[in-house]
Amino acid sequence: MTDPHSGSFRKRISRRGFLAASLLLSTGRARAEAPTPLTFDTLYSEFGVRGLVFSPIVKASAGRAVSIVGYMAPPLKAEAAFFVLTREPLAICPFCQSDADWPSDIVVVRLAAASAIVSAGTRVTVTGRLEVGSAVDPDTGFVSQLRIVDAQYRRGP
Amino acid sequence: MLERILLTTVVLAAGWAAPAAAQTIYPINRAEILAGSKFDLKVEFPGAPMASDVKVTVNGKDAAEVFGKRPMIVEWEDGNKLTAYWLRNVSLPKAGKIEVEAKVGGKSEKVAWEVYGTPKRVAKNVIFFLGDGFSIAHRTAARIMSKGLHEGKYGGELSFDDMPHMALVSTAGTDSIVTDSANGMSAYMTGHKSCVNALGVYCASNKNTLDHPKVETMGDILRRKTKMSIGVVTNSEIEDATPAGVVAHTRKRSDFNDIVEMFYDVKPDVIMGGGSPNWLPKSTPGSKRKDETDYIKKFQDAGYAFVATKTEMNKAVAEGKTKILGLYNTGNIDGALDLKYLKKGSVSKFPDQPDVAEETRAAIAALSKNPDGFFLMVESARIDKYSHSLDPERALFDTIMLGNAVQAAKDFAAKHPDTLIIVTADHAHPVSIIGTYNDDTPGQTPREKLGTYAEAVEPNYGAVDAEGYPSNIDVSKRIGFAFGTSPDTCFNAKPYLDGENVPAVAGATKGTYVENPKACERPGAVHITGNLPFDASSGVHSGDDVLLTAMGPGSEALHGRIDNSYVFRVMATALGLAK
Repeated sequence: MTDPHSGSFRKRISRRGFLAASLLLSTGRARAEAPTPLTFDTLYSEFGVRGLVFSPIVKASAGRAVSIVGYMAPPLKAEAAFFVLTREPLAICPFCQSDADWPSDIVVVRLAAASAIVSAGTRVTVTGRLEVGSAVDPDTGFVSQLRIVDAQYRRGP
Repeated sequence: MLERILLTTVVLAAGWAAPAAAQTIYPINRAEILAGSKFDLKVEFPGAPMASDVKVTVNGKDAAEVFGKRPMIVEWEDGNKLTAYWLRNVSLPKAGKIEVEAKVGGKSEKVAWEVYGTPKRVAKNVIFFLGDGFSIAHRTAARIMSKGLHEGKYGGELSFDDMPHMALVSTAGTDSIVTDSANGMSAYMTGHKSCVNALGVYCASNKNTLDHPKVETMGDILRRKTKMSIGVVTNSEIEDATPAGVVAHTRKRSDFNDIVEMFYDVKPDVIMGGGSPNWLPKSTPGSKRKDETDYIKKFQDAGYAFVATKTEMNKAVAEGKTKILGLYNTGNIDGALDLKYLKKGSVSKFPDQPDVAEETRAAIAALSKNPDGFFLMVESARIDKYSHSLDPERALFDTIMLGNAVQAAKDFAAKHPDTLIIVTADHAHPVSIIGTYNDDTPGQTPREKLGTYAEAVEPNYGAVDAEGYPSNIDVSKRIGFAFGTSPDTCFNAKPYLDGENVPAVAGATKGTYVENPKACERPGAVHITGNLPFDASSGVHSGDDVLLTAMGPGSEALHGRIDNSYVFRVMATALGLAK
């Protein structure tokens, strides 16, 4: 759990998290619940050629606070409010290269505020509200099945 | 990076200030065109002259008169400062030399084409094998692994080595000396060289990737002119460049959703590969479509058996099905090393995937029911993908797998000698055998373990199984299979037993890649300073010629050094497609 490279970064996030939690407490009990931890292994109960089936935990978490650990894929901009979270670090940038494609089990992350990005080799933990079901991003045309919105991230698992 | 940006600026500025370039004519100079095949004639007149001022002639006659069509002339096409002259979907029925002249004001530009006919058909069937990125060192190393090398001689031949005809194929495109899989395959499937990322089109100035001047593909021609069956078989995503090359027309190979539609237009009788998400309607989780079209259902409605596993594939064949759509993975089908031994990659999610040899046998069984013959394209796709990821053992297993697929075709040809078989590659990788990594030598790091010259001893891979794969690759003496290019990475000269190598990952600076920290944790790993531009995430292709071997009727035309586009001409000639 110790991450010598990002001590101050982690502190800042914690403080922000604390503030956010305080605000949430005052706006409603349901949204202040502890985030349900998800993993890439438990997003789908069936993973087949004919399509994927959301797992019961994903279905039950729709609209609620979740957290998940993954790798930030190369985003569209240096400072981004939108990035793609992947199970493994991507060797490729599907946005930049024509012969690349995204894995099927990605999660799109919309940050509460634009933030600097980290190297794709770094694991991040994303926390936010889960959106379930097909959606097309109005700005990029990007199709996604799972989104974590109003999200924050920190380095490390 | 700054230097490159400045250079780009200078070039752009020079281009802007320079006098207008000459008119550009597509198909380009020295094009060889199959008589009767369809193509788009496009001329771009720079400077956007008035439509009434441009003139295009074919052997001195007005082009509109020659083709019996009115041209479409577009000033400022797509907002570009040019006037486009189009005669779409035309053909030249007779063999001969053609000179096309484009005139505006006092300026004239000419190109010469050769239109070729074909004599009587000599081959009933054509099976075209493409090892993607399949280079000389892959061939040699796979032979060492699979057949053994003792006292300088091999224990046998790989199936593609043992063929009567051989040629050296040059793969460069119209735009560069090193090409990609799209353009490499496009040349084989159309007879026209084009540019990187393009399939079945010349690369003009059009903004829409689907608007560029088209040339007919092998799939188009066979469907339009013959009753032959068509098969497209790969272990990549079926929309990927090589399989797409049989049917597709786009400037951009990543137009996967459009390419699925192009498969539907041509309807090859057998379609097998990975890449199902682009076939599923948008609302299905896992889909990558942007519309609600269910292409699996559309193919089923058109009479296809849809299969998603090896068991279902073999059942469809056993039931005598002749139209089969097989999609066995959401991404690429796993390579032979993962399928057969390591069970890594996506094998746990897709435990019943066929390999390329099994797909080939199934495809031949289904296609060969057609009395008018068949054309089958088979790709072993991941020789290339694993060479990009600098993963020798996976690339070599998939080379052995290509050999097994070719053997299936040779077994068929033994009973059906009217079958032309061609085995080649779309481009090379910069790979070489440089020695033997020997763990019995002291030290931990690759440079301490590499034996060169007299120390490049015979490897000791495990006993070969019934399919020709070594049963163990994690051995003390391994082929030193070197990649000539890399990003910054880490390397320990050991096989990647936990999954495909990931040499580099995206760095914090946009458009740059850094060594994958996981690779650096491997025992004995050393840092390798990349020799590629900073935006390269993996190894790149090379511009070396590739080898082609062939057998069967028509194969005698394949010898010496040839251009990749010439191979199309040989296949079209064997099938008598000009008639």
